[in-house]
Amino acid sequence: MPMTSEALAPPARPVARATLAEGNALPIATVVLTIVIVWYLSALLANWTGTFDALARAGNPTDLQAVATATMQQERPVVPAPHQVAAELWKGVFGFAPSSKRSLLFHGWVTLSATLLGFAIGAALGIALAIAIVHLRSVEASIMPWIVASQTVPILAVAPIVIVALGAVGIDGLMPKALIAAYLCFFPVTVGMVKGLNAPDRMLRDLMRTYSASQTGILLRLRLPSALPYLFASLKIALAASLVGTIVAELPTGAQAGLGARLLAGSYYGQTVQIWAALIGAALLAALLVQAVALAEAATYRAMGVRSR
Amino acid sequence: MSRQVNRTIILSVATVAGGLGLSALAHSPDIAGQAGSGFWLGTLLLWLAATLAARDLAGLAAQQRKPSGLLALAVPLLVGFLLVVLWELITVGAGVPAVLMPPPSMVAARFGGALPVLAADFVQTFVKSALPGYAIGCAAGFGTAVLADRVPFLRRGLLPVANFASALPIIGIAPIMVMWFGFDWPSKAAVVAVMTFFPMLVQTGAGLAATGRIERDLMRTYAAGYLTTLVCLRLPQALPFIFTALKINATLALIGAIVAEFFGTPIVGMGFRISIEAARLSLDMVWAEIALAALAGSAFYGAIALAERAATGWHPSMRAAR
Repeated sequence: MPMTSEALAPPARPVARATLAEGNALPIATVVLTIVIVWYLSALLANWTGTFDALARAGNPTDLQAVATATMQQERPVVPAPHQVAAELWKGVFGFAPSSKRSLLFHGWVTLSATLLGFAIGAALGIALAIAIVHLRSVEASIMPWIVASQTVPILAVAPIVIVALGAVGIDGLMPKALIAAYLCFFPVTVGMVKGLNAPDRMLRDLMRTYSASQTGILLRLRLPSALPYLFASLKIALAASLVGTIVAELPTGAQAGLGARLLAGSYYGQTVQIWAALIGAALLAALLVQAVALAEAATYRAMGVRSR
Repeated sequence: MSRQVNRTIILSVATVAGGLGLSALAHSPDIAGQAGSGFWLGTLLLWLAATLAARDLAGLAAQQRKPSGLLALAVPLLVGFLLVVLWELITVGAGVPAVLMPPPSMVAARFGGALPVLAADFVQTFVKSALPGYAIGCAAGFGTAVLADRVPFLRRGLLPVANFASALPIIGIAPIMVMWFGFDWPSKAAVVAVMTFFPMLVQTGAGLAATGRIERDLMRTYAAGYLTTLVCLRLPQALPFIFTALKINATLALIGAIVAEFFGTPIVGMGFRISIEAARLSLDMVWAEIALAALAGSAFYGAIALAERAATGWHPSMRAAR
């Protein structure tokens, strides 16, 4: 799955902090500003013909400035201008009561709850599998290839069936979506955790033996602590994957609520601005979630007394 | 030693023969849908035999001095066989309705019967949508990474943004792309191109940064210019990273193409077929499409893994794996 290899790579936390200290703010700001400018320009160009025709048909002036202004205020633009999306986002978040079906907070919550439930299931399963794989060679030999193979199946395509099948057994609502999310996010956790649990080298494990530590003792006091950086790196990936899984699971079921349903409804009715707002909303949600894991990571290290490395 | 080999062979043969026998038995009218406790006992025994056989095979594979692919392959094959047989036995034996979970035999029959439809869907989704998008996205990501690497300011600005973007649910741009490029394959290729762009950019960026100080200094003592250093030292060093991105993208491409079809398609394509047939509750066809997708995805992934082995056989990570 996406970014699985990042779970394999040693965690990049200290590097990120160091580069931030050197001042990446200016280059990042420049790149973001360039993206916004390009966005405005493409809004101008992509909406030009349609706007021009509409103005001409209505008998309005079609000089350069009038058309340019109008491209930024289209009802259903090909490319909405950034401020239109921002306004729609603002309206969606603050314009309605959070319980209203028109509120983005409502849809965001529906997606978020399924994402978190799926993440919890997937992460627990991933960690359990990793512990089994590290301790039992037969489990590794018989299951590991199928775990890898399971990810070459485009699982998102199975989403409709899972939901139909579970619906027939009487399970509906959050659970089907959460299961799809869990399927997507257990893999990076398993791979990362296997790597992390195996991270302590032979010498450290032998040292634990000389303390006559049991397997459980080694697991709790040596393997798990040294697996933490790998765990958090893969949890970030898993959370992003879980969000993608939930959003896609909301597509084919004719779901009434959720960011994915917002996307689908917007695409059915040609509400471009609504699609973009839902998309940016999903992006913000992803950023928040990953940030939350980063905070939890920092808090865990602090609680364990790790000095900043 | 040889007794263990004998036991492993007996257990494996018993698993395969028992699995096939029980599957055939399950379809007899006396048992299908109303299997008694004897049948389930047999199923349980089969499971036990397969588990023991897998354990023994794994033990044998670990004992080998020169690991050969055959024995290592036998374990997952056995487990896969067991899964399919258990699926067949439970669905047929307990009479699970086909609209919930069709047995593998039914899916296989449907797969064989609907080959022309499957071929058309495969061409539309894989050949026309996923492959061009994959090529464009990977090439663009690679080019951008090399460019960003040349300009330090761009690198420091672009790579964090790309890192952020690769955590986003990019699949959501599908409705926008359908609006821009129409219902046919170009919109799907565009979704795939954007999805595959960021992993390639991030990985190539990391790969180009992976060259050690010593090697670069050595190139300087050879009076090698930027281009020579790039081609002879840094790109080869970056190859493992690039192949990682290629492999990640191989699975992403198929997912992107299929999911993009949920937002509107011509009446052909794997995503279209899956959503239509799921709505009509003919799940055997849905599973046939999924089997096709899994086959195509695994083959694509495997081809890239083989290319990786050929291209980066010199790399420590590959030599250690051998």
